[in-house]
Amino acid sequence: MAAPVTSRSVSVEVNGEQIELEVPTRRLLVHFIRDDLGLTGTHIGCDTGNCGACTVHLNGEAVKSCMLLAVQADGTKISTVEGLASDGELTALQQAFNEHHALQCGYCTPGMLMSATALLARNPRPSAEDVRVAIQGNICRCTGYVNIVEAVVAAGGKA
Amino acid sequence: MTTVTEPGKTLEKGFVGQSIPRKEDRRLVQGQGTFFDDVRRHGMGYVHFVRSPYAHAKIVSIDVSKALELESVYGTITGDEVAIHTDPFFEMSVEPGGNIKDYALAVGRVRHMGEPVAAVCAATRELARDAAELIEVEYDALPVLVDAEEALKDDVVLHDDAGSNVVWSGVFDWGDVDTALAEADHVVKIDRLHFHRFSSTPLECAGALVEYDKGTGEWTLTCNHQMPGVGAIWMAPALRTGIDKLRFVTHDIGGGFGNKICLHPQYVVLCLMARKLGRPVQWTEWRTDQHTANAHGNERWFLDVEVGVMKDGTMTGFKVKALDDCGAFPRYEPLGCIIWAQVTPGLYGWRNIRVDFTQVCTNKSPVSPNRGYSRMQHLWLTERIVDIVATELGLDPVEIRKKNYVTTEQMPYETPNGCVYDSGDYAAALDIALDLIDYGSIEERRAEAASRGKLLGLGIGSTLDSGTNNFGQSTLLNPDLQFSGNNEAASVKLDIFGEVVVTLGTVPQGQGHETTAAQVTADILGCSPEQVNVRRGHDTWFNSHAGFSGTYASQFAFTGLGAVKGAAELVREDMIQLAAAVLQAPPEAIELADGFARIKDGPEEAALPFMALGAIVNANNAFLPPEFNPTLNHRYVCRPYFGMVDTEKKTGQLTLTYATQIHAAVIEIDPETGEVDVVDYAAVDDCGVRISAQIVEGQVHGATAHAIGAALHEEFVYDEEGTLLTANFYDYHVPHAMDMPPLKTGAMESPSPVAPLGAKGMGEGGGGGIHCICAAIQDALRAAGGAIVYDSCNPAHRVWSMLQDPQATRANVSVTSR
Repeated sequence: MAAPVTSRSVSVEVNGEQIELEVPTRRLLVHFIRDDLGLTGTHIGCDTGNCGACTVHLNGEAVKSCMLLAVQADGTKISTVEGLASDGELTALQQAFNEHHALQCGYCTPGMLMSATALLARNPRPSAEDVRVAIQGNICRCTGYVNIVEAVVAAGGKA
Repeated sequence: MTTVTEPGKTLEKGFVGQSIPRKEDRRLVQGQGTFFDDVRRHGMGYVHFVRSPYAHAKIVSIDVSKALELESVYGTITGDEVAIHTDPFFEMSVEPGGNIKDYALAVGRVRHMGEPVAAVCAATRELARDAAELIEVEYDALPVLVDAEEALKDDVVLHDDAGSNVVWSGVFDWGDVDTALAEADHVVKIDRLHFHRFSSTPLECAGALVEYDKGTGEWTLTCNHQMPGVGAIWMAPALRTGIDKLRFVTHDIGGGFGNKICLHPQYVVLCLMARKLGRPVQWTEWRTDQHTANAHGNERWFLDVEVGVMKDGTMTGFKVKALDDCGAFPRYEPLGCIIWAQVTPGLYGWRNIRVDFTQVCTNKSPVSPNRGYSRMQHLWLTERIVDIVATELGLDPVEIRKKNYVTTEQMPYETPNGCVYDSGDYAAALDIALDLIDYGSIEERRAEAASRGKLLGLGIGSTLDSGTNNFGQSTLLNPDLQFSGNNEAASVKLDIFGEVVVTLGTVPQGQGHETTAAQVTADILGCSPEQVNVRRGHDTWFNSHAGFSGTYASQFAFTGLGAVKGAAELVREDMIQLAAAVLQAPPEAIELADGFARIKDGPEEAALPFMALGAIVNANNAFLPPEFNPTLNHRYVCRPYFGMVDTEKKTGQLTLTYATQIHAAVIEIDPETGEVDVVDYAAVDDCGVRISAQIVEGQVHGATAHAIGAALHEEFVYDEEGTLLTANFYDYHVPHAMDMPPLKTGAMESPSPVAPLGAKGMGEGGGGGIHCICAAIQDALRAAGGAIVYDSCNPAHRVWSMLQDPQATRANVSVTSR
């Protein structure tokens, strides 16, 4: 029997930059992003795919990066929270999070922003209910979601 | 969002009182926050704990050899090594609990599922986990205790050194409860109530990166401990080292809520590992491990409650046996046996109270402070008492509250056990809450809901968030303990280029300390909050902390900002004296404003920018006379005055400020399923002067979400073998965005006469949401057999049971009338 393949080369575009790296085949995408690429804005809050702190965009779609292996992302375009602002200029959504006090500890915030950014891309003027549905896979333990929903609604149409 | 504000006396207009956008946010919304798990060191190893699958067992043997054979596994530590290289953690209790021996890893025996028995360190996270799988532990299972009342029998004893499962017991007796009950027109008896186990489960799990400096014997812990001062008090003696050999560094912390106070066992293992291996080691707790083996909130039974009530609805007092279950090890406990006494009569004028309190160990996760720590359980009891009395005697829940609340005219009000409620107007806050939920239309809405087959109920939860605790209350537990008072430090300096720098001793986890500290400093120094750099996090080496430093017990607004205010005022005085010397004017003529020290109403050029002041003192000082030595750099310790606690009478100032929250909920029950839907909700907060109304409201939202989750679905459920059935976010359902009802908030400001800024600590919320949802469910069930809500957690299956068999809970309650 041939020896199992324990590492593979992965080629991805991350926040606009092309990256090619040899990674262990069992490495989770979130650990690849955090540990191999050093993009520590993407967080981990659970072991079970429930909390959404690790949400990133894979080919424009919000996904939980703890639910994928890094090798499954081969050939995709990934964007993370670090890729939202350009040249230090916050997006309307990031600005709204600040204005509406939509974050306290800030640990869920990157995942929330990625889920909400994906929502705004497909629905530029979401209702509060649309927002709740879009972020229901993201757990926040600080805010009770009240100001997060307000911020996303306020950012609608400003992008 | 509706906000009703009744302005009270506030400070002079300034940045304090304004909701300025938070300074912390810019980094956090860009993924530029630094959490401990983001920090890397060259050559660091990853630690994984081997944990017990048993709730109670003898450890027969541990064999680490196969793990060590794996390439790139750096080393292991077992309980035997811990027993050799460390001393047991100090215990706060008197006997028997004081005899418990608690080590950083299990020594010879495991006492709860998930208890760490060994640790392994390897080059990667994955490898550490693989290696942990190769560590062979042989166990010999022992009988398991999961029930507090069973534990009292001592048929099975967890800690042989203690010889009993009782950690601590004591009777608190104030006033004359026997006479009060004998003279009451009605005595309402409640056989048992149960406050369940849950925790705030911060989204960031616990952990640390630990480095050991062989040359100096110092450990640096880059971590998320939220109370490093006390953490070091536990760790240093256990590690047989000096307290200054432990340097705690925090950056951003992903929520704490009290659950990051009892991390000393894991941290001690990391310290040993770093020293043994001579390399930095890192541990990040897994979510499942946090749920099974870090810190739950206290579970408490209230037994044989008797309440005296007069014909007019006046309640004269109560007695109760409280039985608290602290899990396998007391650790921060048994402080919870005392801390509830900060709010002994709740919001009520009850003068006669007897609490017979016992705490026991069981084979469940240890507990730790959890948002609302110990007071929440007791306040839930007081609110259950009020609503059960109202139900049984046919009294109106609003009227009975207003009749029994301490009134604003009585403030400051001394409770039967010598605590002083500093300010507040509970009845007025209740009226605001009732307005917000349109109380007048409740009966109409009840009828409308009934037409849809739903049971509608209204509930009120009145609660206190007591803040700035007096550690002297620990002497009620153990008169030999040498703790009393409280303190917090901060440093403020004006640096060479005119930068204002604030260093806190506190350890924020989302409370916005950088922002509010900048507001306070800006007002005192006459600049804008943008000009104030508040350093992120805590670092022992800043030397800007005190013995009780941390962020806990609702006290930042008092001690944290009190320290900032004190330090800023000292810098201000230096700046004024310096400007007076340079501008050759009397100090009274100098004002600090807009980033300048200038002569009031003086010519425009009679003004020194902060940069000039900073430069003179730091770099251009030859002309200053020797007797004049302004430093522009001051550390200040805020040390509130409490006086001593009377350990005989169990009375004293246990805490200094009392923020009030009144919650009101309207719920609907689907009688087919028992499902509860919160359809209307209001929370009114009065924490005195609000430094930032936006931050206060954010805390109210968060505390409410925790309470709603706890009241309806968050529960740590154990089976009879001591296996936790809700060990992760799959089974332990915290509120998601879809679960949250629309929240209405209201606010009042009753400034604290004792706090430096008139601002009371707040943020814990006191479980108002749990109280009001329990009350609302009981109200809704009146139309369906009148069950009594006896548990603090009411998921659909429990409500459904109460619908099916209301008598089962009604049998729990009786009334004797004269």
